[in-house]
Amino acid sequence: MTRPRLGTWFIGTAITIFFIGLAGVVGSVVVNSFGTRWFDTWLPEGFTPDWYGQAWDEFTLLPVLGVTLTVCLLVAVISVLVGVPASYVLARRAFPGRRALYLLFLLPILMPPITYGIPLATVLYKYGLAGHLSGVVLANLVPSIPFVILTMTPFIEQIDPAVERAARMCGARTVQIFTKILAPLLIPGILAATILVVVRTVGMFELTFLTAGPDSQTLVVALFYSMSAAGIRAQQSVDAMAVIYTAMMLVLLVVALRFVNPTQLVARVKDDSE
Amino acid sequence: MVALSHRLADRGIDRHLFLLVPATLFVAALFIYPFCYGLGLSLQPAQGGTFGAYREFFTDAYQRDTIMTTLKIALPAALLNVVASVPIAYKMRGRFRGKRLLTTVLVVPITLGTVLTAEGLLNFLGPTGWFNRTLLAAGIVDTPLTLTHNYTGVFLSLVITGFPFAFLLVLSYLSGIDPSLERAGATLGAGWAQRFFRITLPLLAPGLATTFCLTFVLAFSVFPSAILVGDPSGSTRVISIAAYEAAYVRYDYAAGSAAALIMGVVELIVIAVVLGLRSLLYTGTTSGGKG
Repeated sequence: MTRPRLGTWFIGTAITIFFIGLAGVVGSVVVNSFGTRWFDTWLPEGFTPDWYGQAWDEFTLLPVLGVTLTVCLLVAVISVLVGVPASYVLARRAFPGRRALYLLFLLPILMPPITYGIPLATVLYKYGLAGHLSGVVLANLVPSIPFVILTMTPFIEQIDPAVERAARMCGARTVQIFTKILAPLLIPGILAATILVVVRTVGMFELTFLTAGPDSQTLVVALFYSMSAAGIRAQQSVDAMAVIYTAMMLVLLVVALRFVNPTQLVARVKDDSE
Repeated sequence: MVALSHRLADRGIDRHLFLLVPATLFVAALFIYPFCYGLGLSLQPAQGGTFGAYREFFTDAYQRDTIMTTLKIALPAALLNVVASVPIAYKMRGRFRGKRLLTTVLVVPITLGTVLTAEGLLNFLGPTGWFNRTLLAAGIVDTPLTLTHNYTGVFLSLVITGFPFAFLLVLSYLSGIDPSLERAGATLGAGWAQRFFRITLPLLAPGLATTFCLTFVLAFSVFPSAILVGDPSGSTRVISIAAYEAAYVRYDYAAGSAAALIMGVVELIVIAVVLGLRSLLYTGTTSGGKG
């Protein structure tokens, strides 16, 4: 019985090291954001909440937060409206080219954002859409719509089609089936997909970075700019902003975890290997 | 007219397929068209003929080496994340107290994203950060280790964001394997190692291949952390930096598009290889069945 115990011990150590690292990464940002001066000591010389006020004014956080929320809501609503009908057809119908279409929706998720982000931003600039809110929303829709489709297709597949057939036999039209039968059944899935899209959009750096103009930056892009321009701004003030970003993400996360399983936040992989 | 629509409906083509149109149009307009446009741009450089941008990329060592740099960061990081997740997820596949809490905490680094992780790593692992301070106080090292602004920093940032991602995926694949299969093996006298290597691992392998692909995509597109905790002009000059610089610093859209497309092709080659190997594996039901 020594081997299992040794294994448990080893895994416990690995997990502990990981969590200590994680705590150190998050903790040092939080402590620094409250510190006064922190050079060669374990903790800062004193603590002050002033950096938050300064970060709020310096980085014009209110408009940035407004942009972040607007972008997220628009992206979530549009991708659900466009994605759910498509995933309904993909889940219920067999038609020529179904696999090819599925692959088409899979590609934007498999590609690194920078790869399609650069040509996409070039196109959006050509049509004068980039540099504004609309460009940021359009760019973020590219991975979000496929994500909704891939999340919702397995969800719709597990709803019994007999319910729809029964409704159709009773004379319901497609629109009625959608609004009266499917929508109530789909609400939990749609809610989960919406939250996941919001979380991903808040964290989506590359696409927003490539398409945002000065007044359409989301929080994560503003954070990146203030970090890469280090030296101009006090480190603590940047950290204060990072803490605000973290807090926002954690609130979203707590909300998300009420509705979805942690593994879904990562990806909903459907093993389509019949 | 009626006959035609009936014949089409028999093959699964009817009005309902119109529901697919908006999503397909979106993806075509915002993904396929930009790709083709980028391809067109990359084939029309200011000088050097049709393939000038590509020739320039592959003849300039400063650009060409970014492919190897990216692979050298992304492949080990993705491999480590997947390999480390397997034993840990295997230990934790059952139910136990605090599992929900543990998985919740693991989601945190994923939601934080690379930018915040980079900021934290700079503070934590920097020359006067807590990590080096602990090592110095414990007398393990004499001078602070250089862990940021180099390869190690980027690698660690990929582990912090990538490991939980791989772990949660592997855990969900493992939970899908019927535990009664392993119990049957135990009844027949198979030891711990035999059960793991001959029952669980073969069933898990296709899932591991998928996990590797998704983790690799994340690691391959490393961009903010390569700039912030890395050494963006030297050891961690990854291909996404080369593409970004070409397009937005030098405003050479042909070179930028070419680099972006090369990046996509390299990534797809790696994924194709992994998925090709995956298709050699058993991919069937992972539940016990009654037979």
